[in-house]
Amino acid sequence: MTEWWTYRPSDFLMFSPRIYWRLFEDINLAAWPLGLAAVVLGLALLAWCWRQPRSERPARLTPVLLAVAWGYVAWAFLWQRFAPIQWAATAFALAFAVQAAGLLASARAPLGGATHPLRRCAGLALAAWALVLHPLLAWAQGRPWQQAELFSLAPDPTALATLAWLLIRSTRQEDTRGWHGALWLMPLAWCVVSGATLFTMGSMQGAVPLTGAGLAVAAVAADYWGRRMRKRCSGPISK
Amino acid sequence: MNRLSRRQWLQLGGLTAATAASGAAAQAAAAVAASQGLLTRPVPSSGEALPVLGLGSWITFNVGQDKAALANCTAVLRAFYQAGGRLVDSSPMYGSSQPAIGHALSQLGKPAALFSAEKVWTSGNGMAQMAESRALWGVPRFDLMQVHNLLAWQTHLPALFDMKAAGRLRYVGITTSHGRRHAELEEIMRSQPLDFVQLTYNAADRAVEQRLLPLAQARGIAVIVNRPFQGGSLLDRLQSAPLPGWAADLGCQHWAQVALKLVISHPAVTCAIPATSQVAHLQQNMAAGRGPWPDTALRQRMAQDLQRLL
Repeated sequence: MTEWWTYRPSDFLMFSPRIYWRLFEDINLAAWPLGLAAVVLGLALLAWCWRQPRSERPARLTPVLLAVAWGYVAWAFLWQRFAPIQWAATAFALAFAVQAAGLLASARAPLGGATHPLRRCAGLALAAWALVLHPLLAWAQGRPWQQAELFSLAPDPTALATLAWLLIRSTRQEDTRGWHGALWLMPLAWCVVSGATLFTMGSMQGAVPLTGAGLAVAAVAADYWGRRMRKRCSGPISK
Repeated sequence: MNRLSRRQWLQLGGLTAATAASGAAAQAAAAVAASQGLLTRPVPSSGEALPVLGLGSWITFNVGQDKAALANCTAVLRAFYQAGGRLVDSSPMYGSSQPAIGHALSQLGKPAALFSAEKVWTSGNGMAQMAESRALWGVPRFDLMQVHNLLAWQTHLPALFDMKAAGRLRYVGITTSHGRRHAELEEIMRSQPLDFVQLTYNAADRAVEQRLLPLAQARGIAVIVNRPFQGGSLLDRLQSAPLPGWAADLGCQHWAQVALKLVISHPAVTCAIPATSQVAHLQQNMAAGRGPWPDTALRQRMAQDLQRLL
C-alpha cells in the first residue's frame, strides 16, 4: 500500500455499526441458551476460585471452559458471521483457534504458589465485568438487549474473561515465560483491535476493552515491581 | 417521486439479462431515465447514455447474511431503478457487497437497465477473481471492469482490453480514491485507451478539477465520481448550516442534493455513485439528478459557498 500515511482508521472500516451490532443479535438467537449456560458456568467457577483459591479443580476446569469459549467464538462469530463483512476476521478466527488450543494445554500445567492479592482482586473484578456487566452495555447504550455481548459468544467479554483468568491463576514462576506467557498476547491484541474498531465506529464502548487490557497489564506490572522491591529490601538471597 | 408504470416495468423486465448489454436495452433504460427526468451523459467511447447518478456499495451493501439488511438492500436497489438509475458499482474489496447485490438483483428479476461496474482487486489471478465476482452478481459478463486503486494495473489492463476485444466486457476503467496517486493515474490516462476513470471528487476534494477532469474530457474518458459526500463527513459538517438561497433555485432541499449537484454539473463528469442504505436518502440523491442546473457562474458560487462552510 502506497501513501499509507494518508489513510485514516475510518478508511478501513468496511461495515456499518448497525450491521456490526446485529451480528450479536444473530449469534445470541442461534446459540441460545448456550451463552447463558457459559456465563452461569463461568460465575460458578469464579465463586469457586474466590472461596477456595488453592483448590485444584477450578484451576483445571477454568482454562477448559475458556478454551471452548475461544474455539466457539472463532468458529461461530469470527468465521461464520464477522468474516463475511470484514476480511481480516478470518485471520483473527485462526488466532482465536490457536489461543483455544493453548488454553486447553495450559489446563494440565503444574500449579504454583498463591497469587498476589492485587492480581487476584484485579482478576476477579475483570471477570465479574466480563461475565455480568459487559452484556449490559448494549442496553446501557440504547441498543436492543438482544444484542448483548455474552462471554463465549462474543470476542470482547471472552478476551476480558481470559485476561481475568491469567491474572488469577496460580502459576509456577518458571512457567510464566514461554508459551504460558504467550497466552496473554491474543487477548491483549484483541482488546486493542476491538477498542480501535469501536472508536472508529464512533462508539465510546471502545474504552472498555482498552481499559480492561490496561488494568490487566497494570496489575501484572505492579505485582512484578512489588516482588522486585521486596527482594531488594530483603537483601541478596544466598543459595 | 414518480413510480414506474406497469408499462415501464414490462419494458425493463421484458428484456432478458442476456441482452442487457445490447443497444436496445441501453436505449430502453435511457428512455426510463429520461421519463424520470434524470439527466444522462454519453459515455465518450460509445455514445451510450448513462444517468448522472449511479449507486455505490461500499459499507452500505456489506451486510453479511443479515436477512433484514439484505431485504433493505433489495429495497434500495428497487428504488434506484424506479428512479431511473442504471450503474451499480462494487468491488471484491467490499466484503459481502457483491453477494448482497447479487441477491437484490435476483429478487428484482435481473433488471435489464443494470449497468454493472466491478473492479479487479488482486495482485494475483485477476481472471479467477472476476469469474467469482460474476458468479456473486449472477451476471454473464460485466459492463465495466475497473482496476481497483491502480493495483497491478500493468498486468490487469492488457487482460481487460483483451476481454473487451473478445466481447467479454464492454468497457475498461481504472480507479483511485481519496485523492491518492493522481500523478500515476494521469500517466495511465495519457497512455492507455481507457473508457472510464473513477476518482474522488466532492466539495472538499477538488484537486481533480485542475488536471484530471480536463484530461478526461480531452481524451474522451468517462468519469465516475466516488465519495461525493466524502464518506458522509461532508454532510456531517454541513448539516447544521442553513441551505443557501440558490439551493432552492436548483431544486435542492437537502445538503446531499447540493453536494451531488455540484459534482455532476461538472461537464467532465459522467456520473457520481453515492452509497446509501436508506430508501429515503436514495430518493433524495436521485432527485439531484434532475434539473434545473447551474450555469458556470452559479457553479463557482456554489463551490465558494461550500468551501467557506467546510
